[in-house]
Amino acid sequence: MATGKNPDHDELIHIAPEMAVAEADVRPEEAGEFVRGTSLWRDAWRRLLKNKLAVFGLIVVIIITIASLAGPTVIKRTFGFTADYIPSQDIRMAQSFPPFTGPDGEFSWLHPMGTDNLGRDQLARVLQGGQISLFVGIIATLVSLLIGVTYGAIAGYFGGRIDNVMMRLVDVLYSLPYVILVIVLLSMFRSQTPRGQLTLLFVAIGSVSWLTMARIVRGQILSLKNQEFVLAARATGVSGGRIIFRHLIPNTLGPVIVYATLSIPQIMLTEAFLSFLGFGVQAPLSSWGSLAAEGVQNIGIFPWQLIFPGVTMALTLFSLNFLGDGLRDALDPQMRTV
Amino acid sequence: MSSVDGNLLEVKNLRTYFDTEDGMVKAVDGISFQLKRGETLGIVGESGSGKSVTNLSIIRLVPDPPGKIISGEVIFNNTDLLMLPSEAIRKIRGRRIAMIFQDPMTSLNPFMKISRQLMEMTELHLGHTKAQAYDHAIKMLETVGIPDARTRADSYPHEFSGGMRQRVMIAMALSCEPELLIADEPTTALDVTIQAQILELIKTLKRETGTSVILITHDLGVVAGMTDHVIVMYAGKIFEQAPTTELFSKPGNPYTKGLLRSVPDPTAEQGKLYQIPGLPPDVAHLKPGCPFAPRCDRVEEICHKEFPPFVQLNADHYSLCHFAREVYADSGGTPA
Repeated sequence: MATGKNPDHDELIHIAPEMAVAEADVRPEEAGEFVRGTSLWRDAWRRLLKNKLAVFGLIVVIIITIASLAGPTVIKRTFGFTADYIPSQDIRMAQSFPPFTGPDGEFSWLHPMGTDNLGRDQLARVLQGGQISLFVGIIATLVSLLIGVTYGAIAGYFGGRIDNVMMRLVDVLYSLPYVILVIVLLSMFRSQTPRGQLTLLFVAIGSVSWLTMARIVRGQILSLKNQEFVLAARATGVSGGRIIFRHLIPNTLGPVIVYATLSIPQIMLTEAFLSFLGFGVQAPLSSWGSLAAEGVQNIGIFPWQLIFPGVTMALTLFSLNFLGDGLRDALDPQMRTV
Repeated sequence: MSSVDGNLLEVKNLRTYFDTEDGMVKAVDGISFQLKRGETLGIVGESGSGKSVTNLSIIRLVPDPPGKIISGEVIFNNTDLLMLPSEAIRKIRGRRIAMIFQDPMTSLNPFMKISRQLMEMTELHLGHTKAQAYDHAIKMLETVGIPDARTRADSYPHEFSGGMRQRVMIAMALSCEPELLIADEPTTALDVTIQAQILELIKTLKRETGTSVILITHDLGVVAGMTDHVIVMYAGKIFEQAPTTELFSKPGNPYTKGLLRSVPDPTAEQGKLYQIPGLPPDVAHLKPGCPFAPRCDRVEEICHKEFPPFVQLNADHYSLCHFAREVYADSGGTPA
């Protein structure tokens, strides 16, 4: 029944009391055939699917994620080389071929995106780079979620002096030029192994990216904690921690999810930027940023070395942004009308 | 472990102040009252008279800062709640003293299923397992008259109407069989027809469980049908305190008289409704003298200068007025 599912229905009661008297309170006509109502999430999902750009973004993100995860393995099974395979035995192979071109200059399916300077397959490298780029984006966002949400929620809920101290710390960290901070961190602790360098990159990006999240969540909690349901929960003897994590944080999830989705591309961009400068991912690991950095050196002669990683990254970032915007509209329908 | 005189709750000289930029707001200023087991006490007053703060003070939920309980005792079952550590008071909230709030639209968590919110209570206080708590939740929903409780329990609050949500709140409040139920304007946000249903429900459940009730309201009609005793509050003070029938038939305070006159009479001809002139005072800047003096219709010079005495008019009847005896006599009472 439409009435049971429509969240505006209660407003209707306020506006039209004479209607309310007729069917208020018990609504016997539907009590028998009560259908399980739509949760807020299902509502949001429906709205998201109506947004064409967001659906496009979602599909592209899914395709790129699957391709990045499965791609390198598939290529290895089919053609027998990995992303870091350097055909050094055959000097004819160890050079940069244009897309769809074999060693003899003929058309070939072997390297759809061509090869890089050392003859490594560009497609495999882009896909493997995608793994790392997405990984960095998602993990760093999760870290920022974990720290930022907890930190912001605690500051917002307790308020007063605790809030003041906690948020001033955030302000201080905010005021540091964070790219420089990350560069300093990365160069100070420059690791010898590529994996170590990657871990450092996580730490560096993660340590600064939670700040905005903490502010967003604190703001949300500040406005939520004075609502009656929090007082009601406290009046039933629920403890502070439980109120924060069970009652308040779920209510902030809308904006948090939106911000998290939008911060994935942001972090990926930061990673690309750092890798481009040579501080991020080190060879033989690749990310879209480090591939672009290699490509840009040969832009005049081998443009495909820049074009493919660049376009893939741009497409992913676009899609994630569209998806984030779509999620914002879906989770917070009032915002669109403003 | 009931106290000797059968008092479940005894509030003595409670003062709750709010430290605001505008100065010290004396929201509750020296309130004392008792509540016997099984009794219903009504607290009446205009908005801002300190009704809600009184009750939030009882379970120590006054927002601090800016609010602070300056002094007083809240003796519940022989324990001073104001002295308890916060862990202990949390075990009392919901378990032995439960509260229902004014606006059922906002007092349920919009992100939690109804069943979940009910289960939280008994899991917390009665140590129920999930399954036990769920069954108990369904039972409570049936008790408060929600049809088809088993299916509806898994709905979200936005799928319920206002009256239904207030029923859920009552189910929640009563699920641990508290000894005291504080209902803070439980029907203010509801339609008149639903109001009657909800009040009837509270009354029935009270009779069945023997719970004592404090009913906060600004609706004198509600008080008349529901309570044994009434406290009339104004500017953080008790202006009059009497058994319900006595208060309605023989009010001993000009303010109570004004309130009673302000109740619209549906049988009367269409005409101007009576209202007490003026506005409630700013409790941050009270002048010496009676806080009601500027609005009172039988004000005299002394009212502006001296704070009125709390006069005992009868065994159980007190009034805060310089002319309490005269007013009481005017209403037909014989001062003791």
